[in-house]
Amino acid sequence: MTDSALLPFIDDTNRPFWRGCQEGILRMQQCPTTSRLIFPPRPVNPWSPRDKAIWTEVSGRGTIWSVIEPHPPLISNFTKLAPYNAIVVTLEEDPSIRLIGNLVPAAGAQINEITYEDIVIGTPVQAIFESINDEITLPRWVVVRQ
Amino acid sequence: MIKDKTAIVGIGQTAFGKKLPESELELACTAVMNALDDAGIDRAEIDGLASYTQEAHSEVELARNLGLGDISWFSQVGYGGGAGPGVIGNLAMAVATGQCRVGVAWRSRKRASGAVRRPWSKTGSSAQEDIATNYTRPFGVIRPVDEIALLASRYMHEYGATRDHLANVALAQRKYANNNPDAQMVNKTMTREDYMTSRWISKPLCLFDNCLETDGALATVIVSADRARDCKQTPVYIHAWAQGFHAQHQTMQNFFCDDPLHGPSWVAARQLYRQSDIQAQDIDVAQIYDAFTPLIPLSLEGYGFCDRGEGAAYTENGNLEIGGALPVNTSGGGLSEAYVHGFNLITEGVKQMRGTAHNQVSDAATCLITAGEGVPTGALILRR
Repeated sequence: MTDSALLPFIDDTNRPFWRGCQEGILRMQQCPTTSRLIFPPRPVNPWSPRDKAIWTEVSGRGTIWSVIEPHPPLISNFTKLAPYNAIVVTLEEDPSIRLIGNLVPAAGAQINEITYEDIVIGTPVQAIFESINDEITLPRWVVVRQ
Repeated sequence: MIKDKTAIVGIGQTAFGKKLPESELELACTAVMNALDDAGIDRAEIDGLASYTQEAHSEVELARNLGLGDISWFSQVGYGGGAGPGVIGNLAMAVATGQCRVGVAWRSRKRASGAVRRPWSKTGSSAQEDIATNYTRPFGVIRPVDEIALLASRYMHEYGATRDHLANVALAQRKYANNNPDAQMVNKTMTREDYMTSRWISKPLCLFDNCLETDGALATVIVSADRARDCKQTPVYIHAWAQGFHAQHQTMQNFFCDDPLHGPSWVAARQLYRQSDIQAQDIDVAQIYDAFTPLIPLSLEGYGFCDRGEGAAYTENGNLEIGGALPVNTSGGGLSEAYVHGFNLITEGVKQMRGTAHNQVSDAATCLITAGEGVPTGALILRR
């Protein structure tokens, strides 16, 4: 569980991303002209600034690009969870799109259940979603079984 | 171009410590007065002021407390550890173009005991500040060390860098600090075993991959090259400077870009060497921003001392120590002398060019000074 103090803020620019998470869908901004994806969400489309970005559903499949294991001093609930894992995932559709997240064994599991030593960079992963409260659902990642 | 048109003629600092009694403002004023004494210039002559946006006190407060006269130019540079060389470079431009005649740059910080001791520990900051952290903090990537550890972990995976390489950086700098009476770590030696058995902060980074927490302040005085020739100290010329960040760069969270291991240093280096008669192979000593050990190999690559992916191996064989290929952070740097957002790297560069450093590189005539890799950055080349 994530402490409310560190939950994301939702605004008009990023609402489709967080609503997508609630619906179990990973959504990204996309340039309508070049089709390039955009992340994190922003108000102006960097690939064609006069063309408003559209929102598109992506696969939620990716590859672990990096992994760390934070230890105290930390803040809020992360102090209690430490040590836990945090990973960077590159998206299948565009490996230059990276998301930060946590590897879990299954939906509902804690972010400290899989240890750093058991996480291998390059492993294929799939997004799953964990509801935190009525407003916020966070993406998590599970290993894709071959 | 401002090549060699200005010089640093005064440097000053306070003590460095875990808990100094003075406020940031008092520390800043002390450092500035010490720099003026060093230069042999009266404070009435100061007409330009340069500092960091993260400075706790404004130019106005500094001027009011020091009893300065009319100030005709002032400016601040952002991005914390990315600022230092940019602060100096902007001030040098102002002096070179006549916007001011006697410029002072400073940084004062109570990172060890002040009100904003650990900026990362505040919660619920404004949406404007959090466009990127909105996608990192909810997942427990909270501190700068976590952000750099994500880059380091990837770097180690991609290029075969090891903890031994990072230890090479920490140990070389600790050795320098042990011979520097101003360093916080002057009396604390470190062995490879100490490094390897220290506690994790953000695996793969341990305690000794992190910079110190310091209260302290430093300042420099900059004048034109003409004026510098009449000053008390040997002038140290600002030969070249540059700033830079790359396309889609994201301060600290620099994994939200195309190529995170090809960071802002590469951009600053390109602009720096374009203006400089002194190239990487001509640099005698370097002061490289070191909030975390992995920034050294990444910066060695960015500033052209080796090829991409070779920065870790470059730390082998005592290369960063006196007598090595490139002595780096000869005061002990942020890891072992003091962490004041890199300003002690600037003053150490000046000492090396004067020939007065505690760990003097013999006959050093050229020095590279960099700001932080992984944030909008900058760099300077100083020469005797």
